[in-house]
Amino acid sequence: MSSELIRQDDVTIRFAGDSGDGMQLTGTQFTETTAKVGNDLATFPDYPSEIRAPVGTRAGVSVYQIHFSSRDIYTPGDAPSVLVAMNPAALITNYKDLQPGSIILANTGAFTEKDLKKAELDSNPLTDGTLSGFRVIQEDINARTVQALAETSLGKKDVLRCKNFYTLGMMYWLFSRPIEPTLEWLNVKFAKKPELADANARALKAGYNYAELLRLFQGRYEVPKVENVPKGFYRNVMGNEALAIGLAAGAQLAGLKAFLGSYPITPATDILQYMSLMKNYDVVTCQMEDEIAGVCTAIGASFAGRLGMTTTSGPGLALKTEAIGLAVITELPLVIVDVQRAGPSTGLPTKVEQADLLQSMFGRNSEAPLPVLSCATPADAFECAVEACRIATQYMTPVILLSDNYIANGAEPWKLPDMDKLEKFPVKFVTDPEGFSPYKRDDKLARGWAKPGTPGLAHRIGGLEKDSLTGNVSHDPDNHQVMVDLRLAKVNGVADSIPTPELNGAESGELLVVAWGSTYGASRAAVERLQRDGVAATHMHMRHLRPFPHGLADIFRKFKRIIVPELNMGQLAFVLQSEYPEFRFEKYNKVKGKPFQARELKAHFEKILDLEVKS
Amino acid sequence: MSDVQQLKAKDFKSNQEVRWCPGCGDYSIISSVQSVLAELGRDKDNVVMVSGIGCSSRFPYYMDTYGFHSIHGRANAIATGVKVANPDLETWVITGDGDGLSIGGNHMIHSLRRNVNLKIILFNNEIYGLTKGQYSPTTPQGQKTKTSPFGSVDAPFNPLQLALGAGATFVARTLDVRPKHMKAVLKAAAEHKGAAFVEVWQNCVIFNDGCFKEWSEKKVRDDQTVDLVAGQPMIFGSEKEKGLKAEGCHIQVVPAAEASIWDPTVDSAGPAFLMSQLDKDPSMPKPFGVYRAVEAPTLEGLVHDQISEVTAKRGVGKLKDLIYTSDSWEVE
Ligand SMILES: Cc1ncc(C[n+]2csc(CCOP(=O)(O)OP(=O)(O)O)c2C)c(N)n1
Ligand code: SF4
Ligand SMILES: [Mg+2]
Repeated sequence: MSSELIRQDDVTIRFAGDSGDGMQLTGTQFTETTAKVGNDLATFPDYPSEIRAPVGTRAGVSVYQIHFSSRDIYTPGDAPSVLVAMNPAALITNYKDLQPGSIILANTGAFTEKDLKKAELDSNPLTDGTLSGFRVIQEDINARTVQALAETSLGKKDVLRCKNFYTLGMMYWLFSRPIEPTLEWLNVKFAKKPELADANARALKAGYNYAELLRLFQGRYEVPKVENVPKGFYRNVMGNEALAIGLAAGAQLAGLKAFLGSYPITPATDILQYMSLMKNYDVVTCQMEDEIAGVCTAIGASFAGRLGMTTTSGPGLALKTEAIGLAVITELPLVIVDVQRAGPSTGLPTKVEQADLLQSMFGRNSEAPLPVLSCATPADAFECAVEACRIATQYMTPVILLSDNYIANGAEPWKLPDMDKLEKFPVKFVTDPEGFSPYKRDDKLARGWAKPGTPGLAHRIGGLEKDSLTGNVSHDPDNHQVMVDLRLAKVNGVADSIPTPELNGAESGELLVVAWGSTYGASRAAVERLQRDGVAATHMHMRHLRPFPHGLADIFRKFKRIIVPELNMGQLAFVLQSEYPEFRFEKYNKVKGKPFQARELKAHFEKILDLEVKS
Repeated sequence: MSDVQQLKAKDFKSNQEVRWCPGCGDYSIISSVQSVLAELGRDKDNVVMVSGIGCSSRFPYYMDTYGFHSIHGRANAIATGVKVANPDLETWVITGDGDGLSIGGNHMIHSLRRNVNLKIILFNNEIYGLTKGQYSPTTPQGQKTKTSPFGSVDAPFNPLQLALGAGATFVARTLDVRPKHMKAVLKAAAEHKGAAFVEVWQNCVIFNDGCFKEWSEKKVRDDQTVDLVAGQPMIFGSEKEKGLKAEGCHIQVVPAAEASIWDPTVDSAGPAFLMSQLDKDPSMPKPFGVYRAVEAPTLEGLVHDQISEVTAKRGVGKLKDLIYTSDSWEVE
């Protein structure tokens, strides 16, 4: 067997196992190491919503996919070329997504009659021909791990828990990654349990050496690092973490202390968890009794002069609706983060969808406009969170920032911002009683922010309509019209402070693909592939969704067709169509709890353009 | 400012026209609050009144302090945000029996269990006033209201028991027609360090007139109510000739000389519960005054202490440290 180093520029690996097999950890470690090696990468974890789904069943399969490359990439990859399957359920639910000729590493230690039965299989897919056309490597990873750890004092159960590190070692060898970063991580992670650090380190090394010694795989791969990466500092980051850091940063850039009122809900909970660690960064977090209390404490905190924030997912946003209307009418700054998940009601809590756009834009009683924006990728979540804080404080308004499950739990290398270049937008509280009126506005139509405790500025705000000049309660019909108009004009005015989206591609052509949120990656990748095939296609990503940036009509005009791919039934297309009736917005929609794949979008674009489908 | 003049009750009145019905019990409550704030020498720029929705919740508009008239049931949550964001602000919650016990019941119990230093006045008129007369969570069973034309079948809450059960550190009851008593209770609430829950029996002249008259009218009051005063015997009657004596789980009426001494500061909430049970017995007087007043750490205190502790240990965090973590690397 050869042991040559085969160069590959682009690899997608999928780790699949039972929820208890530690696949998410294996995936994140592979990701961290790969980031350090200098590859660009994107990841996609996919796991069941039950913490302990029945062991060995199809429902219990937990998956972590990583796409890494020596080029810039935008998605976690369409079809993996490597599958690690720790049991039959993991194999059977994933092998169909693979590219032809892919490598499958199957842990035969978990392919007993019993295991097959749990996976609802009548015969063993490793031997019944199911996997013809793949390069299947069968290893009893359970037994190997037990052997490798024979000299440790751990019990059998704990020993078997190390099998994911054994597997990780094999993968490190196969893709020529160093094992040192993971060894260091183990030492830190298990500083208080050195026996566990030692056992996992042994398993990792044993897996690595075994792969090398036995030449399990035909050859070994090298994925060179990305060349010409812009200089600077990088780190690997998950979406929720970047968002949490962005919220803390946004408050500081506004010169304020942050206050997060929240209630745990998948997939937004991590943000509350991350921010709860930021006690020494002027961040107060309160885990409240429900989502309503979460947003209400944030509103109270904003009234008192902090920057109020609340984080949730769709069902929680629904509960917060009435309170957000209160923030609209009292014109207090408030940042609301909705990490979207799939389905109405509880739906598919751990799956991706972007169907809360209309809820964000219009889901309140009466005329209650507010700015809405969305993040594109895990690293972009940082910038978007800062941007949400900027708009909230500069315009004295609640802002909804949309993320989703795919961004929240996905990871990518983040080019860290130059600290000196982070733009500050300091808040100036009203302090002068001379001529003070709570609803006096600046040139952006933002009212002044006078916080309780300021001498001479005692005033009342509330949910009843206020006189546009004095701020006293007013039931006057004309005044109500004036106030509704003012609040709308203020929100529309945000457009003056945001850029027209950049285009990836030519300014005119056959097809414009308009994407928002996490469909950024697949849309951009699909368009770039079309461009390589010589198609005049352009991709445009929309960060700001309400108000729309200026200049969109001039962009739309120059394309023959405009298509809006969305993981919903056409929500952005619906709004674009009503705002720009002179153009036609075609929809492409999917709601399967899964992200778009670049190849799927490309195939669709080719189809509508009447091109020969290449893919 | 050191040369602040002591403010008078009228200095706490805003310039807004008060719009409660003539004769409404709310008037006496607001003037008591204004007097108490003046007597305690409070600075109106440092006081925040937070309310929900209801007749009672219009209160903040009539006070010349900072004020937030919010949404139905959420005053406690908003006030929690105010207090934790800036513990220096004296924060009051104004709520009704519907606002605070029905739609806002959840926030009520949680703000009490967390012991947020809020002064909570629950205006109990046993009716939904603002929506014009539907039964509330404190309306007695059997009462006819607009939504219970054949009598309400819902069993009511005893607000004091709810507060005690939620772990409130200060629980009291007073009534609109006894401003002197009300001021004393409100003063004690204002000076309590922690969540103070004060139920005020408030007459709604329009939709529930006279609902408390068996206890509030002068001619019956002495015999039908008893004032709980810390360190004093529990005596009542027009000549203060009767007393209450606690024996185990029983309270009985005895001659004044044999009355038990009332102590709201005992560790156990048992005695307060026992007194609140008297509401059920028509032959017994209803207790007013401070049921419970015990000390416990406040939420906002704990939150900020923890921040100080972590900051002392880890140092003041710089934004750069959050972003440039140890697992970052440089591309040159
Ligand atoms: C979300 C919501 N539901 C219902 C109402 C209607 N509403 C306003 S006040 C009120 C009841 C108020 O009763 P209470 O709290 O006892 O106050 P009171 O008017 O008696 O002082 C109701 C049901 C509302 N304003 N908002
Ligand atoms: S309706 Fe009743 S509670 Fe409301 S203001 Fe009138 S009297 Fe007072
Ligand atoms: Mg009421």
